[in-house]
Amino acid sequence: MTRTFLTQNRSVFWFLLALGIFALIVTVLSEAAGNGMISTSFVKTLGKTLCLMLVAVAMDVVWGYTGILSLGHMAFFGLGGYMIGMWLMYARTEIIVTESLLAAAIPPTPQEIHDSIGTQIFGVVGSSEFPAVWIFAHSFWLQIAMVVLVPGLLALVFGWLAFRSRVTGVYLSILTQAMTLALSLYLFQNESGLRGNNGLSGLQNLPGLDDVPQATLSIAFFWASAVALGLGYVLFAWVTSGKFGSVIRGIRDNESRVRFLGYHVEGYKLFVFTLTGIVAGIAGALYYPQAGIINPNEIAPIASIYLAVWVAIGGRGRLYGAALGAAFVSLLSSWFTSGAVPSVPLGFYTIQWTDWWLVLLGVSFVAVTLLAPKGIGGLFDLVTTRHPVPERIGDFGPDKGARRTVEGEEEK
Amino acid sequence: MLRALFLALALILGLCLPASRAVAQDAGQDLQAILQTHAEEVASPGRRSVGTVIDALTASGLPGVPLFLERWADRSVYQRSGDGLFYYAEKQGNEYALSDIATGEAAGTAPASEMTEIRPNGGVRRVIGTALVQFQLSDPDIARRTAALDAISRSPEADQLEPLRNSIEGETDAGLLARKERLVGMLAARYGDTQEARIAAIEALSDAIAVDVRAVLNQILTTRPGVAAELPEGANIARTLTPGDDLTEAEAYAQLVEAGLAPAAQTPAQIKAALTDNIDGGSVGGVPIGQLATEAGRDRAYAALADAGTVPARVTEDDVETALASHVFYEEYTESDSAITDAAREALDEIETRVALNQALDLGLDALSLASIYFLAAIGLAITFGVMGVINMAHGEFIMMGAYTGYVVQQIIPDYTLSLIVALPLAFAVTFGAGVAMERLVIRWLYHRPLETLLATFGISIALQQLAKNIFGTQARPLTSPSWLDGAWVINDVVSIANIRIAIFVLALIFLGLILFVLNKTRLGLEVRAVTQNPGMAASMGINPDKINMLTFGLGSGIAGIAGVAIGLYAKVTSEMGADYIVQSFMTVVVGGVGNVWGTLAGAGLIGILQKGIEFFNPSNTLAAQTYMILFIILFIQFRPKGIVALKGRAAGD
Amino acid sequence: MKTLLEMSGVSVSFDGFKAINNLSFRIGEPELRAIIGPNGAGKTTFMDIITGKTRPDEGTVIYGEKSISLLKMSESQIAMAGVGRKFQKPTVFEAQTVRENLAMALKNKRGPFDVLLYRKTRRGAERIEELAEIIGLTDALPRVAGELSHGQKQWLEIGMLLAQDPRLLLVDEPAAGMTPAEREHTTDLLKRAAEKHAVVVVEHDMEFIRRLDCRVTVLCEGSVLAEGSLDHVTSNPEVIEVYLGR
Repeated sequence: MTRTFLTQNRSVFWFLLALGIFALIVTVLSEAAGNGMISTSFVKTLGKTLCLMLVAVAMDVVWGYTGILSLGHMAFFGLGGYMIGMWLMYARTEIIVTESLLAAAIPPTPQEIHDSIGTQIFGVVGSSEFPAVWIFAHSFWLQIAMVVLVPGLLALVFGWLAFRSRVTGVYLSILTQAMTLALSLYLFQNESGLRGNNGLSGLQNLPGLDDVPQATLSIAFFWASAVALGLGYVLFAWVTSGKFGSVIRGIRDNESRVRFLGYHVEGYKLFVFTLTGIVAGIAGALYYPQAGIINPNEIAPIASIYLAVWVAIGGRGRLYGAALGAAFVSLLSSWFTSGAVPSVPLGFYTIQWTDWWLVLLGVSFVAVTLLAPKGIGGLFDLVTTRHPVPERIGDFGPDKGARRTVEGEEEK
Repeated sequence: MLRALFLALALILGLCLPASRAVAQDAGQDLQAILQTHAEEVASPGRRSVGTVIDALTASGLPGVPLFLERWADRSVYQRSGDGLFYYAEKQGNEYALSDIATGEAAGTAPASEMTEIRPNGGVRRVIGTALVQFQLSDPDIARRTAALDAISRSPEADQLEPLRNSIEGETDAGLLARKERLVGMLAARYGDTQEARIAAIEALSDAIAVDVRAVLNQILTTRPGVAAELPEGANIARTLTPGDDLTEAEAYAQLVEAGLAPAAQTPAQIKAALTDNIDGGSVGGVPIGQLATEAGRDRAYAALADAGTVPARVTEDDVETALASHVFYEEYTESDSAITDAAREALDEIETRVALNQALDLGLDALSLASIYFLAAIGLAITFGVMGVINMAHGEFIMMGAYTGYVVQQIIPDYTLSLIVALPLAFAVTFGAGVAMERLVIRWLYHRPLETLLATFGISIALQQLAKNIFGTQARPLTSPSWLDGAWVINDVVSIANIRIAIFVLALIFLGLILFVLNKTRLGLEVRAVTQNPGMAASMGINPDKINMLTFGLGSGIAGIAGVAIGLYAKVTSEMGADYIVQSFMTVVVGGVGNVWGTLAGAGLIGILQKGIEFFNPSNTLAAQTYMILFIILFIQFRPKGIVALKGRAAGD
Repeated sequence: MKTLLEMSGVSVSFDGFKAINNLSFRIGEPELRAIIGPNGAGKTTFMDIITGKTRPDEGTVIYGEKSISLLKMSESQIAMAGVGRKFQKPTVFEAQTVRENLAMALKNKRGPFDVLLYRKTRRGAERIEELAEIIGLTDALPRVAGELSHGQKQWLEIGMLLAQDPRLLLVDEPAAGMTPAEREHTTDLLKRAAEKHAVVVVEHDMEFIRRLDCRVTVLCEGSVLAEGSLDHVTSNPEVIEVYLGR
C-alpha cells in the first residue's frame, strides 16, 4: 500500500527527502555538532518554523481541501502549547522547590511540596492555590494526553455545534474567530488558572535536563519537529488522497451535491476539523518549548489569520504549498522584524523595515489573492508537466447551491 | 511677668465686676466685654471650658460672634499683653495690624512682642466648628449656608441636630430648605431623642433612594460579631451564624480564640517549627527525621512532644468541632433598641427594592448606549456584508480612519465644537473615498469569492493598521469632545448617563433613519436592492451594477468613518481601535440577521443588553463578560442560524 | 407493483407564495413516470421536498416498505435510503476526474472512517468501467470533469446517479443539451432503470416524453392538474389551456 501511496503522491516523497536533507544539514552545521555555523537561537527558529509548517499543512487540509476557512487553528496550536507548558512548569518548579525544601531541617511532606509549587507558579497572579485545570500537571503522560485531548475536544464540541447548525462560508470563519477571541480573552483573566496575561514561561528549560546544553536540546527539538512534520505530512497526504480526499474536495466545491450523494457532510467536516485541531495542538506542544514562553496573545485571532495568510501565500490545495508558505513568510517576517534588513533611504523619508514590514505583507497578500491565487506552490506547476492539482472552476468555498444559513434561504 | 500680672488683674476685674458685665450684656453690643469676662477660657481654651464661652457668645446674639468664632478657630485672634484685650491681627513686618473684634475697624498696630496668638487645639476647634454651624446655617450668604450643610452631610454629628432644626424656620431658599429638612430627617433617625421620634424619622426616610440615606440606615444597622456559650439576654441580635454556612469553620474558630474561649490551633507551619526546635540527635520525640516527610510521621512526633510537655497539646479537628458546637456565633446590632433596628431594616429593604429597580433602569440606559455604539460600528458592515454579500475585514480600520480624521481636524481647528462639525462630514468623505478605492482596486475582482474577499480585505486591514502606527505612533491620541458634551444627565443617585453617550445614541438614531430612508425611499436604494437581488436583470434595465456596488460600498465605509469619530470621542484613538470593534460588529450583523437594517438594530440591542447584563453580575471583569457573550452568541447561532430578523423565501436566497 | 413513495397533502410556501399547494403523488416500484408542467409549476420544489432540501409546511412523505417518513431525515439519510437525484444543471465535481466522480457516487459505506479506510476493490473498478461504458465516457475516465462538454457532464451526472444504485431516481431535465442520438440513448437508459426501480423524469421536451412512453403527471401552480397517459393528458382541456391558452 505504501508503495502505491508513495508513487501516487510523488510530492510526499520529494517533501520527505527535502526535509530529511535539510534536517541533516542543519544538524551538521549546528553548535551541537561543534561546527557552529548555525547559532543555537537560529536552530530554535528553524525548529519553530517546522512546527508552523505542520500547523499550516493542517490548515491547508481544513481550508484548501475542505473549504472551511478556520480562524481558530492557532487557538488549538496555543492550547497544545499551554498543555505541555503546564507540565514543564510544574515539573521544573517541583525540582527547584524540592531542592530548596530539602535544605530545611525537616524533610518536606508531599503536601508542602505541592503548596510550594503553587506559591511559586501562581504568586505572580496573587494566588497560591492550584486551579482545577492543573489536576494532571504533575504527570507527564497525562499532560501529554491533554495535548491531544484538549484541542481535540474543543474542536469536536465547537465543530459539532457549528457544523450541525450548517453555518458555512464566511459565517463559519467569523464564528471560529469569535471562538478564538473568546478563548484568548478567557486566558487573559487571572481566574482562568493559567496565569492570565503572564502566561507560562521558562519552558525552554526541560526538567531534569539542566546539564544538557541548550545547543543539544535545540537540535533534539528540531529533530522532533522535523519528525512530527514528516509524519503529519504523510498523514494528511494519506487523508487527502484517495476517496476521502475526493469527498472532502467535493464538500469544498459543492457541499449540497455531496449531501445528495448520501454522504453525511457534517461528519466529514467534523472529522477533518478535529483531526487538524489535534495536529495543531501537537505542533503547538513542540513549538512552545522552543519558544520558551506562551501567553494569551499567542492565541489572539490575529495569529490564526496569519496562519491563513501563510497558507494562501504558499498556495491552497497542496500540502507542500502550505508548508512552504509558512516557512517562507514566517522566516521572512522574523528577518524583517529583526531589523537586519537595510532600510531604504528615499531622501525625504527613510523606510525602516521594522515599521513597514506589515504594510508590505498586507499589500503583497492582497496582490497574491488577486494576481496569483495559487501562491508559491503554483511555481511548481511551471516545472512539473503533470498538474498535481487540477484547475478548479468556480469559487473556493461553498457554492451558491449549498444549503447555507446565509441570506435566509428557504428552510422551515 | 508683666503679662501675667495684667492677666491676673483682668481676671480679678472680671470676677469682681459682675454688675458691669451684666450691663455690657444687656446693652448687647460689646463683644470684647464678654470675651474679657471669659478671658482665661478664651486665651487658653480647653475642651471642657470652651463650652461656657461659646454659650455666653451664643446667648449674646451679637452680630460679630460668627466671625469671631471663625477667626478663633483659624488662630487669627490675638491677645495684647498690655491690656489683655483681644484683637484680630495680621502680621506686617515686625508689627501686627490690629482690628477691633466688635466692629472690625482698624485699631492701630502693635509690636510683635506684645501680641500672643491664641491657639485652640483640635478638639476645641471642633467644638467651635459645631457652634459655628448654627450661625452659618442662618448666614445671609447662601453659599455659606450651603457650605455648612455640606459639612454636616459629610460628617453628621448628634449635636448638629438642634441647630439644624432651629435654622429651618428662617430658611428662605426653597432648595436649601428641602435639603435641611432632609438632613434633619437623617440626623433625627440616628440621633433623635426618643424612640418614637427616631422611628418616625426612619419611616419618613423609607421613600428616599439617595446614597446618604442608605448610609444613615446602614449606620443604624451596624453590627458587631459576637460569640458566647449562649445568646446573651437582652442583646439586639441581628442574626445567628452557623459555622460552615455563614462563616467558615476556620473563621469561627479564630473568633473563639480571639474571645479567649478556646486555645489557638496550631498551623502546619507552627507544628513544623516546633518539631524543628526539638530536633534531638536525628530524631524528634523519638521519631527519626526521615519519617517526618509525611503528615502521619509529623503527627506522631508532635504527639510525643506534647506528651512530654515540651509543646502545648495539639488542637485536633475534634476539639475544634466540639468548641464550635458548644458556642453560638451571632451578629449584634450596635444599636440596642430592636424597634429602631427593625424599622431601619424595613426602611432599608424598601429602599433597596427601589434601588434595584433604578439600577435596572440605569443598566438599561448603559445597554442602550452600548447598543448604539455597536449599531454605529456595525451598520456600515451590515450594508456591505448584508446587501452586497461582501465581507470587509478592514471595516474596523475604516472606523479607525474616521477617528484619526477627527483627531487631525482637531489639530487644525482648535474649537472643539466647530472641529466636530467639520470632522463628521470629513470623516465620511475620507472613508467613503477609501471604500470606493478599495472596491475598485480589490473587491470588484473578488465578487462571489467570499473567503478570498475576507482574506484580501484582511491584508488591507493589517497594512492600514501598520500605516496608522507609522504615521500617528503607537500611543493613544485624544479626540476631545466639546465641553457641552462633558458631564452627565443625572436623574437620581442611581440613574445617570453621560452626555456623550446620549449624543452617540442620537447619532445612531439619525443614521438609522437616514439609512432606512436611503434604502427604502430613494432611487439609489431601489437600485441597490435591484442589484442585490438580480444583478443581471438590473443591468438590463439600465442600472449600472458597477456604479451601484461602488456607491454602496462607499456608503458603508463612510458610515464607518462617522462611527469612528463617535467612538473616538468616547474612547481613545489608537491604531488598534478598529480591531477591538470588528468581531463585535460581525457578531451584531450575524446575530441580527443579514441584509436587514432592523436586524442590525436588533443584534446591536441584544449584544448591548447582554454585555451590560453580564457585566452587572460580574462587574469587575469585563474580559469575562466578553467571553461569555461570545459563547452565548455561538450558542444563539445554534437556535437561530439566520439571526433574529431572518429573510425568508426565494428572493432572499438563491 | 407496490407503492414506493407516497406524498399526500403537501404544501409549501415562500413568503406567502404557495409553491406547492396540497400536492398528493404516488409512485410504485418499478415504474417510470414523467412530470411536465409550465415554468413555476413547482417541479423543482417537488424534488427538493423528496430529497430533503426543502421542508414542507404541512403534509406527509412516506417512503419504502417500512413506510418511513422522509420529512424527519437529512438529505444524506434520504440519499442513503435509496433516493437519487440528477440536477437540472449538471453539478459534477469539476475539479476531480471522471473516475473520482463516479467512485464517490458508487454505492458503498458512507461514514468518514469507512471512507478513510476504504481500499479500492476490483469490483468497484469494474463497476466504474461498466458505468463509463454505459455513459460513453470510457476514454474520459482520467480526465478532469471540468473539461467535459455540457452534454458529457449530463452523462456523467446520469452515471453518478446510476452508480448510487438508487431505488427512486429523480431525473431533472436529462435531455437538455443532448444530440438526438444521445437522447435516444438516455431514453433507453431510463427505461432500463425503470424495469427494476422507480424513475421520475421531469422534462419539457414532449418528444422525449412521448418516447419514454409512460404515465404522465401534469403539475400546475403547485398541484396535480392531470394524470394519465401522454395522449390522455394532452387531450385534457385544462392542460391545453395551461400550455397554450396564454
